[in-house]
Amino acid sequence: MTASSSSKPVKQIHLAAHFPGVNNTTVWSDERSQSQIAFSSFRHFAQNAERGKFDFLFLAEGLRLRETRGLIHDLDVVGRPNTLAILAALAGVTSNIGLVGTLSSTFNEPYELSRQLATLDHLSGGRAGWNIVTTSDAFHGANFRRGKFLDLADRYSRAQEFFDVSSQLWDSWADDAIVADKASGEFARTSGLGLVDHHGPQFDVTGYATLPPSPQRHPVIVQAGDSPDGRDFATSSADVIFSRHADFDAGRAFYDDVKGRLDAVGRPRDSLKILPAATFILGDTHAEALERSREISRLQVSPQTAISFLEQVWNTDLSGYDVEGPLPEIDPVVTAEGGAKGRAYVHTDPVATANAWREQASAKGWSIRELVISFAAKHTFVGTPVFVAETINRHVQEDASDGFVIVGNTNPTGLDEFVDRVIPELQERGVYRTDYDEGATLHETLGLPAVAARSASTVAGAALVSA
Amino acid sequence: MSRAPFHLGIALDGAGWHPAAWRVDTARPAALFDADYWVSLVVEAQAAGVDLVTIEDSFGLQTNGYGAFELRGDEVRGRLDALLLANTIAALVPGIGIVPTVTTTHTEPFHTATGIQTLDHVSEGWAGWRVQVSGRSHEAAHVGRREIPALDPARTATGADEQQTALIRQLFGEAADAIEVARRLWDSWEDDAVIRDVPTGRFIDRDRLHYVDFEGENFSVKGPSIVPRSPQGQPVVFVLAHQRVPYELAVAQADIVGITPHSDEHLEQILGELGDAELRVERRVSDPLRVWAEAVVLIEDTREAAAAALAALDELHGAPYASDAVILADTAENVAAQLLRWQQAGVAGVRLRPARLPLDLERITRGVVPVLDETGALERPSDASTLRERLGFAPAANRYATARPETAELIESASR
Repeated sequence: MTASSSSKPVKQIHLAAHFPGVNNTTVWSDERSQSQIAFSSFRHFAQNAERGKFDFLFLAEGLRLRETRGLIHDLDVVGRPNTLAILAALAGVTSNIGLVGTLSSTFNEPYELSRQLATLDHLSGGRAGWNIVTTSDAFHGANFRRGKFLDLADRYSRAQEFFDVSSQLWDSWADDAIVADKASGEFARTSGLGLVDHHGPQFDVTGYATLPPSPQRHPVIVQAGDSPDGRDFATSSADVIFSRHADFDAGRAFYDDVKGRLDAVGRPRDSLKILPAATFILGDTHAEALERSREISRLQVSPQTAISFLEQVWNTDLSGYDVEGPLPEIDPVVTAEGGAKGRAYVHTDPVATANAWREQASAKGWSIRELVISFAAKHTFVGTPVFVAETINRHVQEDASDGFVIVGNTNPTGLDEFVDRVIPELQERGVYRTDYDEGATLHETLGLPAVAARSASTVAGAALVSA
Repeated sequence: MSRAPFHLGIALDGAGWHPAAWRVDTARPAALFDADYWVSLVVEAQAAGVDLVTIEDSFGLQTNGYGAFELRGDEVRGRLDALLLANTIAALVPGIGIVPTVTTTHTEPFHTATGIQTLDHVSEGWAGWRVQVSGRSHEAAHVGRREIPALDPARTATGADEQQTALIRQLFGEAADAIEVARRLWDSWEDDAVIRDVPTGRFIDRDRLHYVDFEGENFSVKGPSIVPRSPQGQPVVFVLAHQRVPYELAVAQADIVGITPHSDEHLEQILGELGDAELRVERRVSDPLRVWAEAVVLIEDTREAAAAALAALDELHGAPYASDAVILADTAENVAAQLLRWQQAGVAGVRLRPARLPLDLERITRGVVPVLDETGALERPSDASTLRERLGFAPAANRYATARPETAELIESASR
């Protein structure tokens, strides 16, 4: 046991499985790498995660293909399915695992999206989850009706209002609204259907929802933003935070901050799970794991990828540079536009970034490729299965997290080894389920409080009118 | 066979198309929101060799007609999102076309196109899209983006009411744009775009991906799709149409048009109107338009029993069931005979709407299909690997692949 204090109850670890994404960490140049779009890949990924008793699987969202310097980025995996459609398909071939999709509150409408999430919850028997994101730039907007319209400052107010309207719709049918009594001829009790009538700065929605309450009534809400606005939204409305803070000390600081915010609003501490993203590399010995980590990081940062990372800062053609040599001496070309579109890394001050990188590389004796590996191909947990299991458990028991979102490095088999070798170690330590509870919803699997039931009197018209 | 190939689709909706169908003994009204119910229906259809199923949907709670929204509890109310339901079914039932209804009026064309494309990947080539517009003002209030005055099909049919004509032109114009966007997005990746070329570090050849650059009155879409080209390339587009403007949409953009003839003369008249529409509108699809007829089907062992069953349902409903399509309440043999008459009149297939589910689906699969098979009417190549192939459509050419500069240069240099 690695639990630090004797009086504290042992926490159960929660794990999510992240489908390999469209960035450089997903290795495609390897023979194990299969189609990024064939359903067989998704089925394998989901069924393996379910074999490992993961709480949920997690999918990112594609709104537009990434670009670098005005061209479609071609060095990483490109292309993925529609998030809701593939989750609905996976609902058919899994039985217990949660199905969490990333879906924008900017490029969707609450009436439609809340209905789709309720549909997913019905189809999966209560396993739907929604990672709310607030992407809102004109680059992604170019594929959507609303185009380039949302001020940065309105992103979270729109997300909050979107969530509030969705909640009203999910809450608008009483639990017993469907009667389906053939003899009396009453299919639905109309008194159990509330009219939603919402008028706010972002949305005007008037009407009846189209579905009776789904098994969870609300999907599990996941939030990934790290800003103060993001943390506030999570505190008020989320069930899970998908965080970036897998490092132990940073994780503890974040955990303290967020759980403190929960205390302030009177929410129980365990009603919001904090799951940082984490990668892993296994070996029979520590040395073997380190060697594999080195090999895989070089697959994750090809020579072309290393140059591309630099070009996003330098904003000019650097293809003539040797990636095994030192960083360019020339300064970045500064423009208002910047280089990369549709990706997470944004360099606000290219000259400062270039200087910092040069200093770091020369201090450590790093080549271009080694520098890029140091930030773009880092592996969170590297070691034997026992080491990785114990490290994960230590993070959880000592409140640096409630578990992790595990990201494999190949599609779709990247997590097979984790399920084969790390999961049994966690189970042996009594900190991770050996099976799902029969018929459990995702709320129940995550140990979250159930969403309140609704009777006809609580859905009656006026209760749902908001201004 | 000297006859043209004939195809069979089943339209799934709730407990069946008759509003009182949920009350019959065999109905499963409490299961309408469970995946299992739908999967069992599609398994039944697939086993009988039905070519495709469609799944009804609307952008709001069901209501009768196009007037003011009426909340009533004596009919089936509530519906799963058809596109998502289709994806669940597709993951479990191979080898049958799955064609969900998605409206073009309030939805994002990009999401609809990628959702249908994903369905094509999940089903490994059996996806279609039943395109619908939303002409109900209460549905517009679900989005609050614009007001839509109530559509009145009776007044739009004559073309005399200017406001109604403008409305229907607007709704169907937007639908045409949405299909155009979808078709371009479906082609926006060439089949061989993924190259995994390790020496150059490139996963894709980006010259084989294409911006669609669509700009229309209601939306603009840049592209390319986020989804690589799907097994069919172009999933099958189905449009149900009853009058001039929808006929024009079907002629321009659909693979199959569903029509609702009520008699032989009416069928002839509709085919004539479609022919006229073909003269007015440029077709943007390479295969010729297929015409399918629609009917509500209720089957009993005798014609009298079928009439009595329909009367009993009408009695429960409190009024005769009014449908846009003809209601065939009859024996399996007589229903089959009607379908064969349509085939002889030049119709390429039917979309049958079971009055009661699962009952009339089973009576079609176990009663009507065997009769049609005896006559050899149904064309069902068992080795078809996609819905397009099953229906006899040509493999979908990619509009961008054929327009590639080097292809053009090759053609040019060859002709010099």
